[in-house]
Amino acid sequence: MAEKNETLGSFGAAKKAPKNNNGTVHAVELAKRQRDIGVGEFFARNKHLLGFDNPRKALLTTVKEAVDNSIDACEEARILPEINVQVIDMGNERFRVVVEDNGPGIVKKQIPKIFAKLLYGSKFHSKKQQRGQQGIGISASVMYGQLTTGRSAKITSKTDHNKPANYYELHINTQQNKPEIIKEATKEWKKPQGTKIEIDLEGSYQKGAQSIDEYLKETAVVNPHVTLIYVNPKAEQFIFQRVSEEFPKEAKEIKPHPYGVELGVLMSMLRDTPARTLQAFMTSEFSRVSPGVAKEVCAEARLEPRMKPGAVTREDAEKIVRGFQKVRIMAPPTDCLSPITSELLEKGLKKEVNAEFYTSVTRAPVVYKGNPFQVEVALAYGGEQLKDKAAKLMRFANRVPLLYQQGACGTSKAVTGTNWKSYGLQQSGSNLPVGPLTIVVHIASVWVPFTSESKEAIAHYEDIIKEMKLALQEAGRVLGSYVKKKHRVNLELKKRGYIEKYIPKLAEAVKDILGDGESEKEAIETHLIDLLEKTRGQVEDMAFDPSKNVEYDEQFAKIGKEEESNDEKQA
Amino acid sequence: MTKSKRKQDTVKKITGVAKHVKDSILKDYAPALKTPLRSLSNVTFSEKAGYFQLKGGEKERRLNASSIKAFTQTLLMMNESKNVVESDDMMTKREAYYVSKNWGEAKFSEQPESDAVMDDIEAMLRIQREQLGFIPEEDGGAVAGKLTIIDTDPDTGKEIKVDCWKMGSGAYNIPADVEGFSFDTKAKFVLAIETAGMFQRLVKHKYYEKANCVLVSLKGVPSRATRRFIRKLSDEKKLPVFVFTDGDFYGHFNIYRTLKVGSGNAAHINEFFCVPNARFIGVTPQDIIDFKLPSHPLKEVDIKRGKDALKNDPFVKHHKAWQKAIQLQLKLGKRAEQQALATHGLNFVMTDYLPKKLKDQKLWLP
Repeated sequence: MAEKNETLGSFGAAKKAPKNNNGTVHAVELAKRQRDIGVGEFFARNKHLLGFDNPRKALLTTVKEAVDNSIDACEEARILPEINVQVIDMGNERFRVVVEDNGPGIVKKQIPKIFAKLLYGSKFHSKKQQRGQQGIGISASVMYGQLTTGRSAKITSKTDHNKPANYYELHINTQQNKPEIIKEATKEWKKPQGTKIEIDLEGSYQKGAQSIDEYLKETAVVNPHVTLIYVNPKAEQFIFQRVSEEFPKEAKEIKPHPYGVELGVLMSMLRDTPARTLQAFMTSEFSRVSPGVAKEVCAEARLEPRMKPGAVTREDAEKIVRGFQKVRIMAPPTDCLSPITSELLEKGLKKEVNAEFYTSVTRAPVVYKGNPFQVEVALAYGGEQLKDKAAKLMRFANRVPLLYQQGACGTSKAVTGTNWKSYGLQQSGSNLPVGPLTIVVHIASVWVPFTSESKEAIAHYEDIIKEMKLALQEAGRVLGSYVKKKHRVNLELKKRGYIEKYIPKLAEAVKDILGDGESEKEAIETHLIDLLEKTRGQVEDMAFDPSKNVEYDEQFAKIGKEEESNDEKQA
Repeated sequence: MTKSKRKQDTVKKITGVAKHVKDSILKDYAPALKTPLRSLSNVTFSEKAGYFQLKGGEKERRLNASSIKAFTQTLLMMNESKNVVESDDMMTKREAYYVSKNWGEAKFSEQPESDAVMDDIEAMLRIQREQLGFIPEEDGGAVAGKLTIIDTDPDTGKEIKVDCWKMGSGAYNIPADVEGFSFDTKAKFVLAIETAGMFQRLVKHKYYEKANCVLVSLKGVPSRATRRFIRKLSDEKKLPVFVFTDGDFYGHFNIYRTLKVGSGNAAHINEFFCVPNARFIGVTPQDIIDFKLPSHPLKEVDIKRGKDALKNDPFVKHHKAWQKAIQLQLKLGKRAEQQALATHGLNFVMTDYLPKKLKDQKLWLP
C-alpha cells in the first residue's frame, strides 16, 4: 500500500490555484492545497477497487467479506463453522445484511478497529493460506454502508459464555481512517460465543450466476465442513448443511521465503525486527535460511553478518535482495497449504452437477515468487449438461468462489490454453471448450495474487498458469479416455443395431431366392446372430443413468441457475 | 443361346450365389461376394481378344457388421432380378429403385445407391444387366437399310420380321434387349454414325441403297443395346463396321473406342458389347487438312482429353496410328464436326466424302 499512498499526492491538488504575475502558480500557493489523503477518502472515491462498482456487486461483496471472515475466524479457533446469513430488503434499494457466526468472538478493544479502520488486521502480514488476506474487506463494507445510507454498522461479539456480549455501533472517519464509536454497550446474548454484524447499504438483489445465492452455494461446495443458513431478500431459506465433520488440514503460517521478498518489504522488516545481527535477522525472519545460507548471502552482498539490522542502508538492502537470488536456498515448506482434496472437490461437484463422469486432481505444492501454492482441478462430463454450450468454469481461490471477471482470470487463461480437442471435446481457437463439461479450478496459496483488491480474478503469473495447465491436462487425459471409450461403445451399439436390422432381411432374401421354407430361414437367422453378434463380445453399458449419482441434489443445483435479468451481466 | 436358355442361365447364377451365402452361414463362416474392379487401370488391351479385358483385380465384400447393409441389398436386388426374369418382365433402373421401397430398413434412399448395387451384381455374375431384367432408361440407336430383323412376339412366341427399309422417312428403334434377334441381309457393311442429323440426311437420300449398307445412328455414346445390336449383326452376317463421328476426341474415344473395345467402367461386360472389327473412317484430323474443313479451336477440356488418352488409354497405347492422330490434332489445335462437310455442298458427304473414304483403307484409323 505504501506505493499507492505515494501516488495519491496529486489528488488534493486538482483545484485551481491563484496565479503568479506571469500567470504561473506559486509553489507556496500550491503547498496550501497539498495535504494528506486519507486511505478512507481514497477508497471512498475508488469503490470499484474494493468490489463495490455497482449495487448488485456491492451487496454480494458485503456478504462475501463477512462470511469469509467468519469462516476464517472459526477455523483459526478450530470450531466447526455454523454461519447465519440474512439479506433483508428494506425497500428503496436498501438492504440489511446480517451475518452471524459461532466463532471465537473478538476481544472488546479490537472490535472498533477491525470493523471500522481500513487496512487493519492480522492477515496482511502473515504468510498463511486464508480467505481474506488484505485486511480491507469488512471495513470497506462498513464504509460503503455508511456512505450510501448514513447508518452505522452494528456489531455484537461474545468471547466467553459466562460474560455478556459487547455491542457497538460504528462509523468510519474516512479522512483519518479511524473508527468513530456511535454507541457502546454490553448485552445479553444466549449464544456461548460468536460474532454478529449488521450493515445497511444500498444494493440490488438478483438471482443468477453472479448472485449471493450462487456464492453461498459454491462456498458450501468447497467447504464441506461449514453449515450455512441463508435467507435471501425474497424470504426464501436455504440450509447448506455440513457434509463433513472433519476440519480441513490446518494451514500453518510460514515466514516469507527470500526468493519472493521485495526491497520495500525487506526494509520495513529490517526496521521492525527484534534480531540484533543481520545473520540472526535472516535466520529468524525468513524460512529456509540457515546460518550457513545467511553467511553466504552476506558474503554475496559484501556485508558483515554481525552488523545491526537497523544500520542496513537502502543500498545494502538492495545488495541483500540480489544476494538472495544468487544463493541456492531450499524451496519453502509446502505443508502450510490446505487443499480441499480431490475427493471432497469431486463430492461437492457431484452435488452440483448430475454428470456421468467425474475426475479430479490435486497437484503437489509448488512455489511462485517464494510463495507456496497448490492447484486442484475437478471435471464433470456429460449427463444432464448441455452438449453444444461452452463448458462451465467454476473458480476458487483459498476456498472462496470467484464469480466476477472470469475473462480476466489466470484460471481462464489456463483453461483456454489447454488443448481440449485431444480429450474428445470441441474447441475453436483459444476459447473455452464446447461440450457437456464443468471445470472446477482451485488454487490454495499463502498469498493468492489477485488482479485487484476486490479479489475477483487471479493474476497471470506464468508459474501459476503453467501449474494449472498441468492439472487440467492430468484430469483431461482421464476424461479423454472416458470420452473415447464412450465413442467406441456408441459406434459398436450402432453397428449392433445395424446387424439386428438387417439379419432378418438377409435371411429372407436368401430364402426367397432359393425357395426355402420358414425353418431354413430361421436357421440362417440363428447362425447369423452367432456369426455376427456373439463374436463381438459384451458391450459395456455406458448409457447415462440420472439416478446413479446419489450425491446430486436437484434443489441445490438449481440455485444460481435462474435467468439473469437484464443489465447486471458482468462487463 | 435361346431366350429360355438364357433365362435358366441367369436364374442358375443367382441361385448359385444365394446357395453359397446360405452354405457359408450355416457352416458359421462369413460369406464373401467378389466383384471385379471396374476402372481403366484394371483393363488391358490385346489385338487378339479385340476388347478391353479385366486384369483380374477384384474386390471382396465379406459379410460383417459394416458390410451387412450392402450385402443384404445385393441379395434383395438379386431376388427382384430373379422374379423379373422368371416372369419375362423387366424393370428400369428407376423402377428398381422404387421397388426397393418395399424392403423396409434395407431400402435405398437415393437412386445412385441402387444403380451401384445393380452394376455390382452384373459384374459379379458376369452377365449383362439386360439379361438380369434391368434395362436402362436411355434411348437405343436407330437402324435403317437393307436389313430384316427377326424378333419374337412376346405373347405368342411367334417370329416377327421387321424390314428396316420400310420405315418411310423414319427408322427402326433398337430395343433394350436384342439378345433374341437374328438377321437377314444382303448388305455389304454397317455404317455407324454419331449424329442424328447426319443419319437423317443419309436416310432421306436412301444412301443405304446406293452403298448397299445398314445405317445405324449411335446418338452420341452408343447405348449398350446399340453396341450389342451392331456386334450381333456384324458377327452373324460377317459384316465390316465403319464408324463416322465428329472430328474430335470425344467422337474418337468416348464414342468410337467405347463401341470397338468397350470402356474401363463396364469392363466386365466388354466381352459382349465390343465390336472388334469396327474401323474408323472419319472425321480424322487428316480430313480437316485434306478436305479444308471449317473448324473450331480445341477447348481446354478437349486438350486434356487428348493428352489423357495418350497417357492412360490402353487402346491408344496399343495403336501408333491413333497416337499420331492425337498428336496431329493437338498440333492443329482444331476440331471439326461431321456437318462441316456441308461447306462443299449438302450432299458432298454422299457423293464424294464417304465413297472416297470407304474405298481407301489407308485413310482409316484402326
